[in-house]
Amino acid sequence: MRPTISIMWRELTGYFSTPVAYVFLVIFLAMVGAFTFYMGGFFSRGQADLQPFFNFHPWLYLFLIPSIGMRLWAEERKSGTIELLMTLPLRTIHVVLGKFLAAWAFTAIALALTFPIWISVNYLGDPDNGVIFASYFGSLLMAGAFLALVAALSALTKNQVVAFVLGAAVSFLFLMSGLDLVLGFFRGWAPQFVVEVVSSLSFLTNFQAISRGVIDLREVIFFGSMIALSLLINTAIIELKKAN
Amino acid sequence: MTEVLEVSGLTKRFGALTAVEDVSFHASRGEVLGFLGPNGAGKSTTMRMITGFLAPTAGVITVCGNDSVTDAIETKRSIGYLPEGAPLYGDMTPKAFLTFVGRVRGMTRADIRRSIEDVVDKVHLEEVIFRPIDTLSKGFKRRVGLAQAILHNPPLLILDEPTDGLDPNQKHEVRALLSEMAAEKAIVISTHILEEVDAICHRAMIIARGRIVAHGTPDELREKSNAKDKTSLDSVFREITTRAES
Repeated sequence: MRPTISIMWRELTGYFSTPVAYVFLVIFLAMVGAFTFYMGGFFSRGQADLQPFFNFHPWLYLFLIPSIGMRLWAEERKSGTIELLMTLPLRTIHVVLGKFLAAWAFTAIALALTFPIWISVNYLGDPDNGVIFASYFGSLLMAGAFLALVAALSALTKNQVVAFVLGAAVSFLFLMSGLDLVLGFFRGWAPQFVVEVVSSLSFLTNFQAISRGVIDLREVIFFGSMIALSLLINTAIIELKKAN
Repeated sequence: MTEVLEVSGLTKRFGALTAVEDVSFHASRGEVLGFLGPNGAGKSTTMRMITGFLAPTAGVITVCGNDSVTDAIETKRSIGYLPEGAPLYGDMTPKAFLTFVGRVRGMTRADIRRSIEDVVDKVHLEEVIFRPIDTLSKGFKRRVGLAQAILHNPPLLILDEPTDGLDPNQKHEVRALLSEMAAEKAIVISTHILEEVDAICHRAMIIARGRIVAHGTPDELREKSNAKDKTSLDSVFREITTRAES
């Protein structure tokens, strides 16, 4: 456990010792605000809830999460520090976990900094804070699943741009897999149950289920197992391909 | 003398390319072993296998009695490693970086503080200890890499071109430091600077195309060569490695 915490701490302070963290936080908060108030019609809806706020999270994560996760392994490969890291007395899974937790903690910080919106809605009306809490929880879980995917893809390359594009593309597929855009591809030839499995992998549908205010075990297990599976794949990639 | 490192029949293939072929050697406490060879001869690949970064295709590596594959973690504990080019986390300060390495290596807080003081003094990092590594000169970066390798006082040091890119004064300092530490450790260094071999190595191996082509004390290597000018190790090196390649 201790090595995992050391790795996590190093990565997390790494975000804040470069402009990455600050640029990300400012852009994230500005976009969340813009989307909620202008495109989401926070005021004109006349309802005291944060639905317009959470509705945009999957779409923001689509490119903001790859920008957090792309450096996790690609940078280590590029600078050669992966050689330093992997020759320390650590298990690969500890390193993978530490890096993931650091990036996840960072998104949690970003998410926590949206609290003024929560204060606003409580000031303006009388929202169901249970639903809001569930939505925050669901959003964090979904962010974790996106991050774990991106981290695994980042392990494939030493080029951060490639890691970003791969991450965004794969995230897009998982986000959309409940919609015809992706399902249409499978419908023509795959048996019905394959189409259903693909459709059930959709981040969007699973997140929407949670953001309605009901934390169902199914969605928690879904995102949890997405995270676990991605981290295992990440570990396997690093084990198989440490050097370039 | 006790054997710290034993390598036997070590082979590494990358697809059709054989980078290292049937390499065997050992290093004992109190010994500095030089690894000589042209670029691409397999020096770094061999070192990467010893340190557990690459898995050998065949062969056995034993460090302090631990097998490098089955006891990977234990092996890594007894090694201090300076990879080629001394890669470092540029956004950290030497202080933060060394603390991180100490923590990952499972040292206690007090231990880390004492060890950092000790190595910072040894490699003369006092003036840059709180500056981001990215802003340091090449010489300082190399010394941070060295400090990281000796932080936990390992019985085996694997240093890949430790003096590469340093100015003559810095080279001299690093060599002096290695000679000083040699008494209680086994040290393996790779280099293509031959005066270094004469200056600090007790034994040297010349490796070319992944095979050991000569092995012995610097004087013995001179004997083995057909070069005309046997006073300079340079001509000995050229003669032996070109012979192996033709």
